[in-house]
Amino acid sequence: MANIISDETIEYVGILAKLELSDEEKEQAKKDIGRMLDYVDKLNELDTSGVEPMSHVFPVHNVFREDVVTNGDDRDNMLKNAPAVKDGSWKVPKTVE
Amino acid sequence: MQIKSMTALQLGQMIKSKEISVKEAVKESLAQIGALDETLGSFVTVDEEGALKRAEEVQKGIDDGTITGALAGVPVAVKDNICTKDLLTTCSSKILSNFVPPYSAQAVDNLNAAGAVIVGKTNMDEFAMGSTTETSAYGVTRNPWNTEHVPGGSSGGSCAAVASCEVPYALGSDTGGSIRQPGSFCGVTGLKPTYGTVSRYGLIAYGSSLDQIGPIAKDISDCAAILEMIASYDKKDSTSVKRDAYDFTSALVDDVKGMKIGIPSDYLSAGLNEEVKAAILKAADVLKAKGAEVEEFPLSLVEYAIPAYYVIASAEASSNLARFDGVKYGYRAKDYNGLHNMYKKSRSEGFGEEVKRRIMLGSFVLSSGYYDAYYLKALRTKALIKQSFDRAFEKYDVILGPVAPTTAPKLGESLSDPLQMYLGDIYTISVNLAGLPGVSVPCGTDSKGLPIGVQLIGDCFQEKKIIRAAYAYEQARGSWQAPDLAQKGVD
Amino acid sequence: MSKQYETVIGLEVHVELATKTKIFCGCSTAFGGAPNTHTCPVCTGMPGSLPVLNKQVVEYAMAVGLATNCQIHQFCKFDRKNYFYPDNPQNYQISQLYLPICHDGGIEIETSAGKKVIGIHEIHMEEDAGKLIHDEWEDCTLVDYNRSGVPLIEIVSEPDMRSAEEVIAYLDKLRLIVQYLGASDCKLQEGSMRADVNLSVREVGAKEFGTRTEMKNLNSFKAIGRAIEGERARQIELIEEGKKVIQETRRWDDNKEYSYPMRSKEDAHDYRYFPDPDLVPVIISDEWLQEVRDRQPELRTEKLERYKKEFDIPAYDADILTGSKRLADLFEETTKLCGKPKKVSNWLMGETLRLLKEEGKEPEELAFSSEHLASLIELLDAGTINQTVAKEVFEKIYYEDVDPQAYVEEHGLKMVNDDNLLRTVVEGVIAANPQSVADYKGGKEKALGFLVGQTMKQMKGKANPGAVNKMLKELL
Repeated sequence: MANIISDETIEYVGILAKLELSDEEKEQAKKDIGRMLDYVDKLNELDTSGVEPMSHVFPVHNVFREDVVTNGDDRDNMLKNAPAVKDGSWKVPKTVE
Repeated sequence: MQIKSMTALQLGQMIKSKEISVKEAVKESLAQIGALDETLGSFVTVDEEGALKRAEEVQKGIDDGTITGALAGVPVAVKDNICTKDLLTTCSSKILSNFVPPYSAQAVDNLNAAGAVIVGKTNMDEFAMGSTTETSAYGVTRNPWNTEHVPGGSSGGSCAAVASCEVPYALGSDTGGSIRQPGSFCGVTGLKPTYGTVSRYGLIAYGSSLDQIGPIAKDISDCAAILEMIASYDKKDSTSVKRDAYDFTSALVDDVKGMKIGIPSDYLSAGLNEEVKAAILKAADVLKAKGAEVEEFPLSLVEYAIPAYYVIASAEASSNLARFDGVKYGYRAKDYNGLHNMYKKSRSEGFGEEVKRRIMLGSFVLSSGYYDAYYLKALRTKALIKQSFDRAFEKYDVILGPVAPTTAPKLGESLSDPLQMYLGDIYTISVNLAGLPGVSVPCGTDSKGLPIGVQLIGDCFQEKKIIRAAYAYEQARGSWQAPDLAQKGVD
Repeated sequence: MSKQYETVIGLEVHVELATKTKIFCGCSTAFGGAPNTHTCPVCTGMPGSLPVLNKQVVEYAMAVGLATNCQIHQFCKFDRKNYFYPDNPQNYQISQLYLPICHDGGIEIETSAGKKVIGIHEIHMEEDAGKLIHDEWEDCTLVDYNRSGVPLIEIVSEPDMRSAEEVIAYLDKLRLIVQYLGASDCKLQEGSMRADVNLSVREVGAKEFGTRTEMKNLNSFKAIGRAIEGERARQIELIEEGKKVIQETRRWDDNKEYSYPMRSKEDAHDYRYFPDPDLVPVIISDEWLQEVRDRQPELRTEKLERYKKEFDIPAYDADILTGSKRLADLFEETTKLCGKPKKVSNWLMGETLRLLKEEGKEPEELAFSSEHLASLIELLDAGTINQTVAKEVFEKIYYEDVDPQAYVEEHGLKMVNDDNLLRTVVEGVIAANPQSVADYKGGKEKALGFLVGQTMKQMKGKANPGAVNKMLKELL
């Protein structure tokens, strides 16, 4: 296996992705990602020099809205799935310490 | 003919001519679901009460002439990653186990405007990540042709529901083959439209640049009619494309004389099951006999589509699924210590294994130092794949090939080796990368009696060509066959 | 001998654009709504929702870019900046990294050291975050997405500034440009203009930059000045002690006059930017660019030149008036109505600035209308009211924007031009103040002033001061 994923890398990816893995899951993830990357490395066989990266398949551009207010107060609907609410706001664990 | 065996258009005609009421049609569907779904698990949510109430509304609309669509009053099932206002939408994930959208997807609004009656939400691979519908947090869906086998995925619930006659038609979504592959495994017709044809507004994103909603039905006529209903230019979706015409049913013509059909020789090489190969070549022969010009050609780059896809889709998914964090909606862990621990626990407990795997891969390929080597490389590969299709469509009207290398595997066989599972998407994935329309049409069964589908791929915005080819093929093949299991339900 | 240090400063200035709606949805950007009453599926990050770009945002960004001598990327795109925080509903911010709309510009500033150009590295469009409110009672945080998705432009300068004075001059100039364009009201206190300061120090003569820190939470020009001094001192102290400056984001506490590192235990600062697949590129044609260019309003420098030519007002007045878009607008609109530039200027330079100073407010906050000021000037000119009354009425206009015509009418403030009445009153005043009359006659000019005052008082301030003077002299 060409791509060896280190413990530090898995730890780091966990911070980026906000995922907490058990030791067992970490080992599995290291193996899975390593294997996938080995497979993805196949792309290096292709010479893509001079090829523009293609984000959008079609050359669609300039899709705009006019600056006109279309939405009214829909707070109750926005909040109805909230795990915790207080005073018309989403409630989360404190962000400042 | 039994009601449940009818196509959506046939049933729509019966409703229109008042031979059957909307309520009766809906009850028929609900009864079949009641009889079979404990075995099949096609549905995450069945909305009996809502559907019956809606049936009355639609009946009124039909009676007073305000609802006139060809499929008015016909029951439909919607994949559970498509938002339905006031109806639970879970993406088959624990993290959305209690999410009731405050709005409907544009495609659902379009369905409703045409008089559809939604009977429920169908099971899928969690967040559409998977090819077997085994990664759902709400249990597996089984293949109606053989319940020991998977229905394919990720729109496995929608395809199983149509194959078992639980509903005449359903909506699915296709990011890398998620309509076409389960369509093939379940012996139904599933069409992925050109990117931008059906609005993505309200489709819970997996890979935004690849996702498309599409129809799943018994035959191509239904698919064309459904696509006419759901396709629209939507100002809420910046990637929506304003098309010249939406009259897909006008392509239901039994004539392929002079149509140029190319079969990628690279699709027929190693890895393709012999029975599948034989079946699709037979289908090609049928079209040839009807006057189409059929030949093999080298498409090239086929083996690069999967690695490019997994980089792009995982990268987009890692960002798209960041919003599921226990703050605004969905699952929040019970015990946590502070904000970041709440994030981590909610997400780790709320997402399944496959989803976490792809989020991690996606986070990694976008992370500092890897973006160019992985993400940009994949986007460049995508550009090359698009070019190779462009070259092919200079010569051919339609590309014909297999949908999947095999027929439906047994339950539990695929998940142990994710990479192997990903390889099963080899014939469908490049179509998404290039934004093309593709349809899976049943073309026989293997020696185990499991369905095989043939895939017809068109150039961008050329749905009509594949619809025409599919229709001509169906005329020769004969009408749709239901699995035996479908007979076990209501009469 | 102690070493000499040079401060190197670059600014990241966020400006909230004056659009009616948010950058990616049709929700209002109005201030002051109850929490979450200006929200929809898009700006609360509901699953399945999609952004659609507000065209006005692009036009404002182009206008600011043109006015700051930037190049415009005629093909620009949006990227996602990925990080988890509850003020950011999608857990990514839609911004521009790879192809920002404007780049490579600069503006000229003037300080005591002379003129200097401060380079602008780029200007990009992005969405603002929601507001987090700490709830003391339950020790939790409440999330309000009313500001989530409000359009911002971020103006990133080159590290060209060397002192607080230059920074303030740059910000002042930038603010004026943006206000002149109508792209934002740029209120630092309200957060519609926010500056993050990137600062490093190095020995004078050094070629390499030192390690920089980024300071946030600077909400007044004064705080910015203090933060620069404070952070400069902190960094020099570290260097002198042989310690290292750490590259980090710090929060300025203006009460303690010290910056503190912002916690980053769970932040990797790896934003994994990639092009947002939900948004399509913006292509700015030459025609569109020209249209925006043609619509550019007159900016400060041109306006100042024009004032000097067009209006007979002192250069100093012209400088102050054009130093605020609001003052300049009031000046021009009022002058247009009454045709008396000098008088308009006097009211603005005198009473208006005095009252602003008294209240500690900025000219941009002026709320009275040019019609009412013009009408006041006309009442005074026509002799309908006298100067004293005019000042009193102006205060009413300043605070309540009253219609002076109606106000004068209603409160009976018109100048009294009744000679018989005046004669009677003056006779009475002379009779009642023999000492003052004697003093006046004895050569004490001051005594006349007292008698005028007494007369005005009896006339309730509404007499014509000239007429009072004349009548007194006559009868004495």
